[in-house]
Amino acid sequence: MQPILQAIDVHKAYAAHVALNGVSLDIPERSIFGLLGPNGAGKTSLIRIITQITGADSGEIRVRGEKLNPRHIGQIGYLPEERGLYKKMKVGEQLLYLAQLRGLTKADATQRIKSWIDRLELRPWVSKNVEDLSKGMQQKVQFIATVLHEPSIIILDEPFSGFDPINANLIKDEILELRERGATIIFSTHRMESVEELCDNIALINRSRKVLDGSVRAIKNTFKTQTYVVEGRGRLMVTHPDFEVLEHKERENGHFYDRIKLHANTTPNDLLRYLINNVEVHAFREQIPSINDIFIRRVQETMPESLVENVPA
Amino acid sequence: MDKIWLILQREYLTRVRKKSFLIMSLLAPLLLAGTTIGIAKLSGSSDTDVVAVFDQSGQRLLQQLAGTEDVRFVPAAGSSLAEATEAFKKAKPKQNALLYFPPSFTMDDTKGIQLLADGNVSLKRQSTIRKAVNKAVGELKMSRSGLNQTTIDNLQANVELDAVDLTQVGGRKNNVGATTGAAYILSILVYMFIFIYGVQVMRGVSEEKSSRIMEVMLSSVKPFQLMMGKILGIAAVVFTQFALWIVLSWGLTTLAAPLLTDSIRKSPPAAAAAGIQEATAAQEKAPATADATLAPTPASAAASSPWSFLDGLPVGSIIGGFLFFFLGGYLLYSSMFAAIGAAVDDQTDAQQFMFPVTIPLILSYIVSINVVINGDPNGPLAFWLSMIPFTSPIAMVMRLPFGVPIWQILLSAVLLVGGFMFTTWVASRIYRVGVLMYGKKVNYRELSRWMFYKG
Repeated sequence: MQPILQAIDVHKAYAAHVALNGVSLDIPERSIFGLLGPNGAGKTSLIRIITQITGADSGEIRVRGEKLNPRHIGQIGYLPEERGLYKKMKVGEQLLYLAQLRGLTKADATQRIKSWIDRLELRPWVSKNVEDLSKGMQQKVQFIATVLHEPSIIILDEPFSGFDPINANLIKDEILELRERGATIIFSTHRMESVEELCDNIALINRSRKVLDGSVRAIKNTFKTQTYVVEGRGRLMVTHPDFEVLEHKERENGHFYDRIKLHANTTPNDLLRYLINNVEVHAFREQIPSINDIFIRRVQETMPESLVENVPA
Repeated sequence: MDKIWLILQREYLTRVRKKSFLIMSLLAPLLLAGTTIGIAKLSGSSDTDVVAVFDQSGQRLLQQLAGTEDVRFVPAAGSSLAEATEAFKKAKPKQNALLYFPPSFTMDDTKGIQLLADGNVSLKRQSTIRKAVNKAVGELKMSRSGLNQTTIDNLQANVELDAVDLTQVGGRKNNVGATTGAAYILSILVYMFIFIYGVQVMRGVSEEKSSRIMEVMLSSVKPFQLMMGKILGIAAVVFTQFALWIVLSWGLTTLAAPLLTDSIRKSPPAAAAAGIQEATAAQEKAPATADATLAPTPASAAASSPWSFLDGLPVGSIIGGFLFFFLGGYLLYSSMFAAIGAAVDDQTDAQQFMFPVTIPLILSYIVSINVVINGDPNGPLAFWLSMIPFTSPIAMVMRLPFGVPIWQILLSAVLLVGGFMFTTWVASRIYRVGVLMYGKKVNYRELSRWMFYKG
């Protein structure tokens, strides 16, 4: 299937530094795509190119195979990390204004504003000035402004920052709902747990280059280390030609917790067979690396040696 | 284009709906009408200066000194200068000055006259008194040489000048007061409004920047559209304000007209100080009796309308020119103000960049007053000031009431359009980069680099 959004060898340089250096991405339709990377990696530059705030020095962006052009503005919704609204404008008027700028007619916009206002329980605030709303409320208004014109590509930069857990869940459900209705969501964040929970595909950008991309499952598979967690009771042999015990914890009554790494050509079944013959097995599962682990590993791998020590925690 | 229109609407409506706009629109004409009427009332009862004359020369100068509407001469009490000074200080009602002729004063030796007063004597008062003394001494000299008073009176010349503008069809009479007044008022309006609303543009941009809505906006519209929408929206606010003022002032002055013309009839010369409306009405009355062939204006009818001061002025070109040059000047300057608002993070930093923008504005006002109004409105310096786009909005508007050849107006208009296209281009380059640049102290070198950023 043709990707809904493609970046092809995108370069962007500012006066002092290179922001993007030959970045290519394919974003499949109706997916939730995680755009990951440490601060200053070039994520925002890429997003600003996709939203046509700036242009790329070379390379191109394609939307459904068509070169990005001003007609696509209505198909893209963007929630920037730096949130902002006109403070002295009423919520309803503000939404109407932003929707009209995105090409909606007044009647259409009014209709949709009404339904969104009810969905996110903002009814009492419609004719209040934005500055009179709490920060969470303002975030909701901003979220509505992002999706009001029913864009097929929605770009969310750190969408959960500023929300309490209840509202964060509300927004998460809305994101999933939008995907169900056919939208593609690009999602830039540092919060890895939400990436694992939501994203189908990710791309990792570091120091202006793409260092990793693919489906979450495939990436996890390639980063698997053949390590298994075993819990049970009995005595486990500490050295064995087929596997290596990385970690061993004794618990009361002869219970234990072990992390075991298989050597090449050993299957999990071989290990399990050995375990069944020797101990009482309570739990056996593969240890899958979290996106967080992969993220940190990849970032450090792609960092020149001299810089590793200076990486802020 | 429809996006510029949407932005324009928002900028316009948010400002026009503000209470402060309504208050400004109502209060300004009230204040204007109030002060005009107030001045008219005050000057109607304005005092004639009283000057005590202490004459030790024995030339009977007091009888010879003729009073005018401005000054009246009375004898001083006392027999010595010290006594006279004492009496002057205590005099009731208060006297304005004491004029002293020393014993050494003769017709051949006119030195040593002193004018004593509490504090400084204004130049105007000094000149009035000097004229009176000159006239008195002159007449005394003439009568000493054997002329009688009737002959002397016959010899006195008392001329009035009627300046006629030959460029007008049929040779319309020149109306200096109205012309100068119109030049002052129109140019100060242009100056004030460019300044006030230019700063509003700057503030609007910088509020947008600090509220961080720029990124949302710029993912929907081009920076140029956002900037032009704001500038044009605020221009629409200005024109609404103008329209309201004109309608309201017209209404108010029409209501107040009987009051004004009343006070003019009572004391025509005093009314000259009461702003241009009355001044010109009074002036038209005076020459209308002197030369009826060139002045078909019915003086009595003219005096009854507060708008009669417009007679004799090229009203069409003034209004058209004023609107055009105001708009041109506003566009030229406000785009630069927009660029400043975009470049800085907060408004306190804006000062250093406002300086070079406001200097040409202020200078063009001050220099134009000296060159156009106090100098030659059609001289070479006035011509060049009204051609350079940075000074022409003010200089040209100031020249308009004096009558400007049409080719000059057109040339200046074309240059101004070119000028604001240039500044808008420069400003939009800076704006585009500046609005998304946070936390960076900018300087002029940085700004000039932004102009050549690509993308």
